[in-house]
Amino acid sequence: MKYLTEYRDPELVQEYLQEVHRITTRPWTLMEICGGQTHSLVKNGLLDMLPPQITMVHGPGCPVCVTSISVIDEAVWLAQQPNVILASFGDMLRVPGSKKSLLEAKAEGADVRILYSPIEALQLAKENPGKEVVFFAVGFETTAPANALSVVQAAKLGLPNYSILASHVLVPPAMEAILGDRENRIDGFLAAGHVCAIMGTEEYDPIALKYQTPIVVTGFEPVDLLQGILMVVQQLEKGEYKVENQYARSVLREGNRLAQDTIREVFITSDRTWRGIGPIPQSGYEVNERYRSYNARIKFHIDIEAAEENGQCISGDIMKGLKKPVQCPNFGKACRPEQPLGAPMVSSEGACAAYYHYASAPAEINTPVCN
Amino acid sequence: MQLACPLPKFDFDVITMGHGSGGLLTHKLLQTGVFDLLKNDMLDQQHDGARFELKGPVAFSTDSYVISPIFFPGGNIGELAINGTVNDLAMCGAAAQYLSLAFIIEEGLTMEEFWKVLVGIRDAAQEAGVRVVTGDTKVVEKGKGDKLFINTSGIGLIHPQAAIHHNRIEAGDKIIISGNIATHGIAIMSLRKGLEFETSILSDTAPLNHTTKRLLDLFGEKIKFLRDPTRGGLASVLNEIAGMTALGYLINQGDIPIIEEVEGACEMLGLDPLYVANEGIFVAVVKKEVAKAVVDALHNDPYGACAAIIGEVTPEHPGKVVLKSRIGGSRVVNYLTGEQLPRIC
Repeated sequence: MKYLTEYRDPELVQEYLQEVHRITTRPWTLMEICGGQTHSLVKNGLLDMLPPQITMVHGPGCPVCVTSISVIDEAVWLAQQPNVILASFGDMLRVPGSKKSLLEAKAEGADVRILYSPIEALQLAKENPGKEVVFFAVGFETTAPANALSVVQAAKLGLPNYSILASHVLVPPAMEAILGDRENRIDGFLAAGHVCAIMGTEEYDPIALKYQTPIVVTGFEPVDLLQGILMVVQQLEKGEYKVENQYARSVLREGNRLAQDTIREVFITSDRTWRGIGPIPQSGYEVNERYRSYNARIKFHIDIEAAEENGQCISGDIMKGLKKPVQCPNFGKACRPEQPLGAPMVSSEGACAAYYHYASAPAEINTPVCN
Repeated sequence: MQLACPLPKFDFDVITMGHGSGGLLTHKLLQTGVFDLLKNDMLDQQHDGARFELKGPVAFSTDSYVISPIFFPGGNIGELAINGTVNDLAMCGAAAQYLSLAFIIEEGLTMEEFWKVLVGIRDAAQEAGVRVVTGDTKVVEKGKGDKLFINTSGIGLIHPQAAIHHNRIEAGDKIIISGNIATHGIAIMSLRKGLEFETSILSDTAPLNHTTKRLLDLFGEKIKFLRDPTRGGLASVLNEIAGMTALGYLINQGDIPIIEEVEGACEMLGLDPLYVANEGIFVAVVKKEVAKAVVDALHNDPYGACAAIIGEVTPEHPGKVVLKSRIGGSRVVNYLTGEQLPRIC
């Protein structure tokens, strides 16, 4: 496949690996932000190929994992309302809420549809004028422009039966929350390539400077990841801390201005609670006043008691890079993909699911490692 | 296909509850449609069941087909229902001879659609060399089905040289796949609501009984295990075998045949092709010394052109399937949990 095989080239992989091995002199802990990167690292068996001094920890960049339990409850509640079609990306369906998942609500008769794009949800609203269509607008900055665009379009088309349940989260505030944590042990970041394709790289400059931590915007294929790791380690070994762009084939410094304008048209930044991590100020998007009639929370007067998360799940520690999935006593035992205690075991981008499905050392799966 | 087999004149355009009543309408539907198209001595007798003799060990299998949509690039539910049961028997080392065929039709299915399915059934049965000898037709109310469900059961004689059993698998045996993976699943996916994408990918649905018979003629008991990786794909079949044998299964990603367009579609949809359904390929575990000859024989078969040795059975990591990635890393390939759901980004 053109534009993919080049980045999976075994010889290039070896070259980058050798270079990483050659220049690494000290232990370094690197965090890849995005769940897609985590999966690529694990799925391709890269973690075992890195020098032993390099520890990769897996960041919070899995939208499914960080969506708070209360928001899942809101989605389930909406899906259960008469006359409502709740449209969602497939990934969200299995995530457990405080009582049930959307998949369970669907099995009980709620009208939950799996869609691939919010624009399809608009189509659904057009086709079902007698029903209310709510799109579960989840994701990082990457999915925000398309979700915003669906609202702009709905307004243009005068579709009164469309709204979104926004649960957008933003990467830079989460990075600051991790770096500001007293227990933080991250030396360098691989920033999420797709998020930066939208937002650009400028907003990371102050973070690299303030926390003296190198940040390399990185892609998702094996060669991308190894080059990104090499660039971070090069900086660390030299004592530098700047923002670099490994994923230049997709990411411009200024990002995608048009997409950013669309986000600004519909959303305002707001406080957001991250599952497992807790509230982070100004770390999400909510529908702004101008488009309030498309905000499902206002439209349906959602008023749900905030639910407690399952105390047995250590997803917060995992997403902050403090623990690895296999260090959770419940991993592969009480918590499995078919019966998850927390979201990282469910999502196709979740770190626990990555380890469960692809862990290189088969024994790891059943070996409890307790701290 | 339609030119050679035009839709006969029925005095109804759609199937109604009456066609399942057992009365005149059922009779008309069967006489003008099913019996004419699937004509054979045993079906013509119109007994309540088929009567026949079989000499020797037999295999017996059943499967239900609920695929949506019922027409897809490269086939329809009818062909699938014949090939599926024929293949299940083939994986037991048996040549399917007689099939039963049962329809559950949702009221409102057009006669044209039903006819197309019947033609698909006839063509697939002819190619596989099997006869439909008994059947049933039921109609359910609108909303109680999904256009058309089919069940087929089949019976066939086991090849005299066949000795297919998972307990014969040993470390050192080679794992062979008879063709490209994930083709059927992606062909179906290309039609799913909201996902329609243009593609030339056709379902690989095919009868595999002639292919497996040739292999058994040539290699007999050196073919130790056969299974068709339908639902759950290659990964699930390998996990099933790994679980049954307590041996390790090591496969090389770079050796697994897949059409580039299919691989691209999987990338785009966030699906792992190892878990995507197939309908016209099988996995064979064979004795090491015949592995190359088996693949050569498959390359001369219409349904084995892309066959390849994809890995081997090993005493290491018992009960686990491990994949060596193209770039040299390795990882466990696990069972899929639930349905593969598309990713957010």
